Amino acid sequence: MTAPHPHLLTLLAGLAAILVAASAIGYVLQWRLSPDGSNTVIENLNDRIRAWWVMVVLMGLALIGGRTGVTLLFAFCSFAALREFVTLTNTRRADHWALAAAFFIVLPAQYYLIWIGWYGLYSIFIPVYAFLLIPIIAALRGDTDHYLIRIAEVQWALMICVFCVSHVPALISLDIPGYEGRNVLLIAFLVIVVQISDVMQYVWGKLLGRTRIAPKLSPSKTVEGFVGGALSATLIGAALSWMTPFTPMQAALLSLIIVMMGFFGGLVMSAIKRDRGVKDWSHLIAGHGGFIDRLDSVVFSAPIFFHVVRYWWSVT
Amino acid sequence: MWARALEEITAPSDGEGTEMLAKLVAGLIVGFARFITAVRGKWEGIEPVDGQRVYFANHASHGDFVLIWTVLPPRLRQRTRPVAGADYWLKGQLRTFIGRDVFNAVLIDRNRENRKDDPIALMTAALDGGASLIVFPEGTRNTGEMPLLPFKSGLYHLGKARPDVDLVPVWIDNLNRVMPKGEIVPIPLICTVTFGAPIRVGETQAKEEFIARAEAALLALSPKTAVP
Repeated sequence: MTAPHPHLLTLLAGLAAILVAASAIGYVLQWRLSPDGSNTVIENLNDRIRAWWVMVVLMGLALIGGRTGVTLLFAFCSFAALREFVTLTNTRRADHWALAAAFFIVLPAQYYLIWIGWYGLYSIFIPVYAFLLIPIIAALRGDTDHYLIRIAEVQWALMICVFCVSHVPALISLDIPGYEGRNVLLIAFLVIVVQISDVMQYVWGKLLGRTRIAPKLSPSKTVEGFVGGALSATLIGAALSWMTPFTPMQAALLSLIIVMMGFFGGLVMSAIKRDRGVKDWSHLIAGHGGFIDRLDSVVFSAPIFFHVVRYWWSVT
Repeated sequence: MWARALEEITAPSDGEGTEMLAKLVAGLIVGFARFITAVRGKWEGIEPVDGQRVYFANHASHGDFVLIWTVLPPRLRQRTRPVAGADYWLKGQLRTFIGRDVFNAVLIDRNRENRKDDPIALMTAALDGGASLIVFPEGTRNTGEMPLLPFKSGLYHLGKARPDVDLVPVWIDNLNRVMPKGEIVPIPLICTVTFGAPIRVGETQAKEEFIARAEAALLALSPKTAVP
């Protein structure tokens, strides 16, 4: 492992400064408006800020750890997300071996392929091999009740929680001339734009939100929040072009793609939650819900961002 | 070879080494349970505070009391002993080590005909020694479609013998999907353990009446009873 790139250190210092400011604001709000912890919005805000600290520290350590660090971190995120997803499915005893294979063979294999950078295999491993293998294993158990639904659920769980998420660490293996040794910053760029967009949508929505976009799916998402959040995140993405191989204009466009995909990803995941009758995927991250609640926008934007960058910038 | 090496390490002895190993193994088991199930305790009718209790739970898997144990704060965990069948836990040195040294289980003989010790007497003795207990009143693992098997009467007799001890219903959700009977690989799924409001045996309460009340109190904690 080589020393972290100065840009990475600048970035982490900047994030730490933002979090210090956020924590200070949260502290003042609590002190002025909710000294006894009775204001649930402020309590939730402070829970979220505390969780952000943990996430930023973990992410920072992973980025410093380079290829191995980010692969391990996102493998764990995939594991936690898959655990949440499968909890809400209709799987039965007959799916036991198929699920065991999903957790203990497909997931590690996908991240191993990411780690060794074998693009030709990791980009098809799940949609081809796993998608054929899992129904075979389930069929061998002979239980045909709801077979199609059960298989579709497991396949989609793998697609969302493992395949899509694994495209974040896959950014490490892109070969962009003049950008050697800095690929972790691409990951940082993607994750920051997605998360800033979520945060800014939340902030704009709380400040100006009037018109609901999809009241059936997600009552808290508003047109004002979405437009404000998307514009802010696009501007911030452009301002972060110094740490990417992109010009400010390119960074803005890519940010817009990331933000749009992230937004629709959030809607799709909300639709699944409504279907299953839950509000959050789990309670593992205080204030945020579950891992998938935090990853939903990344899930949809990561593969698109990966392929766009690979097609136009990477030489491999 | 593996098994033999383990058996040598875990050969019964009352030394400090065994105790330390038991603590280590307990930590590993709790860590593993969290990894697989991300288990969360929901204290809905009672708080996780000191006080002697008998936790009675639904029983679908060998991991049931591990989950209850995992969500108890460590201080309560140390004083909480599962009640388990001696026929299962005294078979082989590894199981004996885990059952007796790690979990400090109260081992009862489930064979009614030729048992020496009365299970109720063993349980009340453990209560008198200051421990809290975890019991599974269904008596055996529930592997069918029924949410709950009919309770055996042990809980009633225990509550009658020690009327001052709170009987706390505990619903363990989802663990039967993690590791159905006969499977050896656990599937990671999120589990919850819900603690309900305590009940006691009323002075004049008949056995059947109390059993029905205890079953209802436990079933009421299941998130699935509302869903078809």
